[in-house]
Amino acid sequence: MIIIVNYNMGNVGSILNMLKKVGAEGIISSDPEVILRAEKLILPGVGAFDQGVANLENLGLIPILNEKVLVQATPIIGICLGMQLMTESSEEGKNSGLGWVKGRTVRFDRQRTKQLKIPHMGWDVIIPRKESDLMDGLSHDARFYFVHSYHVLCENTADVLTTTTYGYEFASSFQHGNIFGVQFHPEKSHKYGMKLLKNFVEYL
Amino acid sequence: MPATAVDFFNKWAVDEIVVLDVSRTQQKREKFYEVISKLSEKCFVPLTVGGWITSTDEVRSLLRMGADKVSINTAAIERPALITECARIFGNQCVVVSMDAKKQAGGEYEVYSDRGRTPTGLSPISWAATVQELGAGEIFLNCIDHDGFRKGYDLELLRQVVDAVEIPVIAMGGVFTWDHLVEGVTIGGADAVAAANILHYTEHSTKKAKNYMREHGIDVR
Repeated sequence: MIIIVNYNMGNVGSILNMLKKVGAEGIISSDPEVILRAEKLILPGVGAFDQGVANLENLGLIPILNEKVLVQATPIIGICLGMQLMTESSEEGKNSGLGWVKGRTVRFDRQRTKQLKIPHMGWDVIIPRKESDLMDGLSHDARFYFVHSYHVLCENTADVLTTTTYGYEFASSFQHGNIFGVQFHPEKSHKYGMKLLKNFVEYL
Repeated sequence: MPATAVDFFNKWAVDEIVVLDVSRTQQKREKFYEVISKLSEKCFVPLTVGGWITSTDEVRSLLRMGADKVSINTAAIERPALITECARIFGNQCVVVSMDAKKQAGGEYEVYSDRGRTPTGLSPISWAATVQELGAGEIFLNCIDHDGFRKGYDLELLRQVVDAVEIPVIAMGGVFTWDHLVEGVTIGGADAVAAANILHYTEHSTKKAKNYMREHGIDVR
């Protein structure tokens, strides 16, 4: 069973709808007992970094998630803010992140994005940086829906799964063992998003 | 009916969907909620919902029904702080300010509220800058005296608004040919182009539109 972690940040319903569409069963939950039994986890998220950390803390989910992800090596995918929360910190806030993936979340560097608009919003391509089951069958012209003002800087380039260029190249997804993060929204990326979520559902 | 339209749009590679409650009263609001809930089950692209939004509570319930963004128009004019309240709680990316504007006899543009019926005295340029300052993440610009007239976007108005802000501007109103979409981007400077009837009444419309735009050098999905 795939559990979509509900910590009151973002539209969990659209992820559930897409899971249904690709033939997987999902449950939206913030119950530690339910989360402990998950075969796979999705950490969604739209909103501010500190609020996200605070909500996870207030729901008592951080120790449970650490146990699942770091000890039991349960596959997990973080989406947008969910990806950023997996890093050690963010320029958006003061709270520490979950720190599962070495690196930090930074604001788009306006010096380098120049006249490009922030947030980076719309459909964009992803360039693979390493082999992964998550990106299986996604052709080079696959486009995903992005909406973000911050992005992840991975400390280990080996963790970077794909990059996207917006003024400059940034990590649009990462993979560190069982831990995946995507900056874009597969649940809003139509057929390519469906393919990616299906890959995650089938990931062993 | 709209739920069926989404089935088609899903197959035709549409990039975003905007649904507005344009009723003159709120008597059928429950019905509108039903439509949004049904639609979001099948909508695998960003969904913006607008019409009759006056409070953060209303935004919260629409997001719960499956909307990704909300579009605010008259209520933002009547109480601009609503933009900031929504942006703080749900993030800037969630707040689209929709603006209806038309040209006056003297050649100046003016913003209208209340579904294009009430002149506000606001200029589109200054209102656009204000909503950006207040936290809007996008502007949905409706050229209302072009809407339904099939002569394309009001490119002069569009360009003025695009130049006044840094947030994305989406153009709407008046599209009758695929060329109008191209002009909206190349001449008007819009970050995205929207249309209604032409997309609803043409088979494989969005694919055709995009092919046309691609042939004219515009980077589309």
